[in-house]
Amino acid sequence: MDKTWNNKAWFMVLPVLLLVAFSAVIPLMTVVNYSVQDTFGNNQFFWAGTEWYQEMLHSERFHTALLRNLLFSFTILAIEVPLGILIALNMPRKGWGVPVCLVLMALPLLIPWNVVGTIWQVFGRVDIGLLGRTLSQLGIHYNYVQNPLHAWITVIVMDVWHWTSLVVLLCYAGLVSIPDAFYQAAKIDGASRWAIFRYIQLPKMNRVLLIAVLLRFMDSFMIYTEPFVVTGGGPGNSTTFLSIDLVKMAVGQFDLGPAAAMSIIYFLIILALSWVFYTVMTSYDAER
Amino acid sequence: MARIELDHIRHAYGPNPKSDADYALKEVHHTWEDGGAYALLGPSGCGKTTLLNIISGLIHPSHGQILFNGQDVTDLSTQERNIAQVFQFPVIYDTMTVYDNLAFPLRNRGVAEADVDRKVRETLEMIDLADWVNKKARGLTADQKQKISLGRGLVRSDVNAILFDEPLTVIDPHMKWILRSQLKELHRRFGFTMVYVTHDQTEALTFAQKVVVMYEGEIVQIGTPSELFERPKHTFVGYFIGSPGMNVVPVEIEGKQARFGGQTVDLPGAPDMPAAKGRMELGIRPEYVRLGREGMPVSIAKVEDIGRHKIVRTQLEGQEIAVILAEDEDVPADPHIVFDTKGINVYADSWRVAWGG
Repeated sequence: MDKTWNNKAWFMVLPVLLLVAFSAVIPLMTVVNYSVQDTFGNNQFFWAGTEWYQEMLHSERFHTALLRNLLFSFTILAIEVPLGILIALNMPRKGWGVPVCLVLMALPLLIPWNVVGTIWQVFGRVDIGLLGRTLSQLGIHYNYVQNPLHAWITVIVMDVWHWTSLVVLLCYAGLVSIPDAFYQAAKIDGASRWAIFRYIQLPKMNRVLLIAVLLRFMDSFMIYTEPFVVTGGGPGNSTTFLSIDLVKMAVGQFDLGPAAAMSIIYFLIILALSWVFYTVMTSYDAER
Repeated sequence: MARIELDHIRHAYGPNPKSDADYALKEVHHTWEDGGAYALLGPSGCGKTTLLNIISGLIHPSHGQILFNGQDVTDLSTQERNIAQVFQFPVIYDTMTVYDNLAFPLRNRGVAEADVDRKVRETLEMIDLADWVNKKARGLTADQKQKISLGRGLVRSDVNAILFDEPLTVIDPHMKWILRSQLKELHRRFGFTMVYVTHDQTEALTFAQKVVVMYEGEIVQIGTPSELFERPKHTFVGYFIGSPGMNVVPVEIEGKQARFGGQTVDLPGAPDMPAAKGRMELGIRPEYVRLGREGMPVSIAKVEDIGRHKIVRTQLEGQEIAVILAEDEDVPADPHIVFDTKGINVYADSWRVAWGG
């Protein structure tokens, strides 16, 4: 069979190509451009080669921020995924409870991120916040401004509050797609509650869970607004995650070269980790 | 295996049913004999699946009792009733292998692994999937999946009955035929009590020894395929079974004769008159109507040639009468029809009237 070649098709792709170029490729290339040069202002640039990359890869500051961010991402995944599944399993399947639950679940997702940050910033304050006041009344010396552990707990609880709903909604969508016959067959086969979860519900939720984990990982690895509003990266540097550090470096210190190199490394790490997650979970899926 | 008695079962899905119309199942009082192969036949929404789910225990009936071998099981769970059920869409545990799928119901019941292995291998042999033991169940075709659903019922040698809820709906036509004969073969060899729900008359008539026809939440007739064909108890059975269905003509009865319009038809006997009240109808299957040059004059509305034979749609006194004509016969120029006396049934308010003296 002869294939028909029609090069006119390329013209159809052109608008998209232009759009992507302006929205992604060109900005990315500017960052690449900054990352290999040094500047002292006055728009004078000097070739720096891989210098900034080497500096970044050996930088203690970058390493700790990276570790801190990984710890944060894995902690919230370890909490949000099981908790999300648990809530989804217990949500009603029919009746008036369904819309009520769905709206309640969707609420945190609809709140702008800086507002979420502000809510928790005020909520946790020892002098006027409901949470902070209550805890100190109870004799617990909670203070997220000064105690790094308290700051961490606050940021994690805030993220769980904000994003568990996403996992819940995705899992719920997976669960409601299971036909009744599966549950009836399981009853007839004498399956336990755990066996129903393990062999019917979990396999059906597999795909949506993959999406949930990927989204939550990428988002939490790029987290900026909420911890910035609540703790500003402190106390000290204890909640300075990668993107907070990046903004400090680029906008605060005006170290454009190192900041650009860091952006590129940061981007590659997210890309690589997401790819690893995806490959591991899909191959696991295919093998079973 | 068990004898299953349904003692005055009624079921309504809504709370507080008031009139008959609120009941999905009006009143079923029937016994399924041990080792019988039954088909539950009826149009969609007639209550077949409700009845099946009541037997398996997935639905608790609003009224009445279910007895297995004389023991009341109405309040027992599905698991305790020890029933196997095959659903319309194949239910398999797709993360498990074929072997584990079949072992699942046994392992859930705490059967020793050596017995599990023996039973599973036996069953795989029975359902012809022995070569697939270690394959993942998800990669199988629809008919193989359906066999696994069936196999999960068969591994438990002590099941009381196997229930089928339109199990061949998603199967390819040629595989349908093969699976159906395998089912019959299994029934012949092992004598399970089987109840098979379907809306396909061919499936019901070929599978079952006894066919139970349901209509609007009621059992209208229970009989062998030939009884359903020759003596439909209700005009619905006449319409529903047979292709095309039975011709039904409103008539007036006078002794051993039925009259409609200007025509008179001789009956095989006088209907049992005390019962023969209300709206009277005469039913005759197209197979028993002869088309020729004598008898009642008709006009031809349409001739459908379906290969093996022709279906001739005729008009007699404003009534449509379907006639079956052999493939090599031709429609005469001046058509008349004759009703074969042995194929005539008389109905009062849709229910068949027996012949009196």
